[in-house]
Amino acid sequence: MKAFRSMVLVSSDPTSIERGAKDVYQAFQSEISAFGLDNEISLTMVGDVGRHDAAPLVIVYPEAVIYGPVKKEDVHYLVEEHLYKGRIASSFQAPVKELSGKIAWLSSRKGTLPAEQRIVLERAGVIDPNSIDDYIIHDGYQALANAITEMSPEDIYTTLEKSGLRGRGGAGFPTGTKWKFVRKAQGEKKYVICNADESEPGTFKDRLILEGDPHSIIEALAIAAYTVGADEGYLYIRGEYTIAQERVSAAIAQAREMGFLGKNIFGTDFNFDLHVHSGAGAYICGEETALIESIEGKRGEPRARPPYPTTHGLWGKPTLVNNVETLANIAPIIRNGADWYRGFGPASSPGTKVYTILGNVNLTGLIEVPMGITLREVIAIYGKGMKNGKTFKLAQTGGSSGSIVPASLQDTPMDFDSFAKAGVALGSGALLICDEDTCVVDLTKVLLNFFRKESCGKCNPCRIGNQRAYEILTNISEGTGTLKDLDDLMVLSDNLYQLSNCGLGQTAGAPIRDIMNYFRAEVEAHIRLKVCPTGICPMSGKRI
Amino acid sequence: MAGNGKDGNVVVAAVKVAVDRYGASQDELIPILNEVNREIGYLPGEALDEISRLLRVPKSHLFSVASFYRMLSTKPHGKHVIQFCESAPCHVSGGREVWLALKEHLNIDDDQTTPDGKWTLLTTSCLGVCGVGPVMVIDDDIYGNVEPSQIPTILEKYH
Repeated sequence: MKAFRSMVLVSSDPTSIERGAKDVYQAFQSEISAFGLDNEISLTMVGDVGRHDAAPLVIVYPEAVIYGPVKKEDVHYLVEEHLYKGRIASSFQAPVKELSGKIAWLSSRKGTLPAEQRIVLERAGVIDPNSIDDYIIHDGYQALANAITEMSPEDIYTTLEKSGLRGRGGAGFPTGTKWKFVRKAQGEKKYVICNADESEPGTFKDRLILEGDPHSIIEALAIAAYTVGADEGYLYIRGEYTIAQERVSAAIAQAREMGFLGKNIFGTDFNFDLHVHSGAGAYICGEETALIESIEGKRGEPRARPPYPTTHGLWGKPTLVNNVETLANIAPIIRNGADWYRGFGPASSPGTKVYTILGNVNLTGLIEVPMGITLREVIAIYGKGMKNGKTFKLAQTGGSSGSIVPASLQDTPMDFDSFAKAGVALGSGALLICDEDTCVVDLTKVLLNFFRKESCGKCNPCRIGNQRAYEILTNISEGTGTLKDLDDLMVLSDNLYQLSNCGLGQTAGAPIRDIMNYFRAEVEAHIRLKVCPTGICPMSGKRI
Repeated sequence: MAGNGKDGNVVVAAVKVAVDRYGASQDELIPILNEVNREIGYLPGEALDEISRLLRVPKSHLFSVASFYRMLSTKPHGKHVIQFCESAPCHVSGGREVWLALKEHLNIDDDQTTPDGKWTLLTTSCLGVCGVGPVMVIDDDIYGNVEPSQIPTILEKYH
């Protein structure tokens, strides 16, 4: 493929067409030629980019600037300013204050930088997600064809094992090994499930993949089904992600029509079909056994493990459950080989990782970079520094179930092993960057409030432990905490970790442990001096 | 649990549409509950009775499922429902102040409905649009980068 300096996308949904998108497109064609930029700028009519109030929209990459509504008279100026002189024509930018749900995935790409390494997000925001043709032109379904017609299931899971791909849901289990377990599990009937119940606060990478490149997940699930010997699969998508559900359902229908799903795929005896299952608002359903319970029409309460889903999953059958981001890596690995994949990131966790950068930085957004980048680099390069020149204090990594990482660890490479060695967790890829005005007691209280509400209530350590920890933190934030409270918090944190049934409870105590390790003086100030050093906590003297 | 003004026939009809669409089996229970909840606004007792009859699932099981998931409600809501994200990313980017402004403007607290039945205020966990936090959702409309001063203007749009 030819390398272009910039890429211009013009929306062509019905509203855009009605408002003259085709004229805008033609104006761009002639203006780009007039400025002699034909070899530097690519121009594409994309489909519905999901926003109609400012249609027609023109999106320019790599800056990911959204202009709209664009009239054909504006095009000369836009080409001259932005594409020729390289200045963003800010007066033409689409208003961003108020967002419909559909545009959010685009605006979250405002941090896109060319230095990123995109594997799983390669096509998101570039192709028309509603067009299977677009996907096929961009190497789509090639890996599935190769896998089914030329590779044995053993070849596939061996390739994945060699690639070193580890699950991107948070736990980091080797993907090839999991596929092998399900392949070797006894049973006529098996299932594959895509876990798209992305509810980890601060994480929306899976939504971007599903909304921007739904076929990549369908293709990966079909490869997975062929490998493990399944003929039926589910995409469990959280209930709030209605656009993702629509796009995926439409993509499944297209794939069926083209024969990539259904009977005798690619003329072989391999049959496979997919269902979309909507969640109904429960964080815990991201835990794989809770997710399975939910598909079976029950409360999403995690099962006791073992037995693991690899042998006893959906309806008691062997079941493969993979996260969206993990699956998005499959087709590229099959197409390019394990060695190619090992070329990215450190040896112990190869590949790329999608991070969401949030909080008190100048530029929030979503990036895909090789594993092993450091927090300092993320803040300086992608976050464009701390907002208002403040000082970096801590990062909450991986959503609620991750860790509180102090500034002293900002040069630790972010990969599974280096973080584990430093005693913190990488989690799902959310990076909430907090400045000096953040109070650790207040932040931990918010996190515990989350766990207290999202605990399914099945086991006591989690149901009662989180509630009690929240109450103690509330008292500390009201200025009525005691030093004994700190001992109690540590016991609770330890009990949560040791005794809870599933990952939710086991990680819920982590923020407590982290603030006691790294910010004990600040917590004690709330108790000994009755002062919140950042002035955030109410300190009103009420005890609950 | 009364129908709260909802005609019993309307409820039964909504259940029938949902069950016909998804099929009368337990693995379709959550999609069915989701659809009825969307149609009626909540899950009245009559709806659970009818689903129980059609799916041959005990009502106790239905209630345990209906009360578990955040998007399902067993009690009626106001005309418009505001969901405010209370997770950490929205909280540290100014969500705390917006939440206080919302409560003050409506004069109600979390999980309450205004006396005129117009607004229900709910807190929710992360909605996955953290790039533009603080975020709130009114019915199906998402608002990002909300500032406390914008609350009256945004709410005025709803009648």
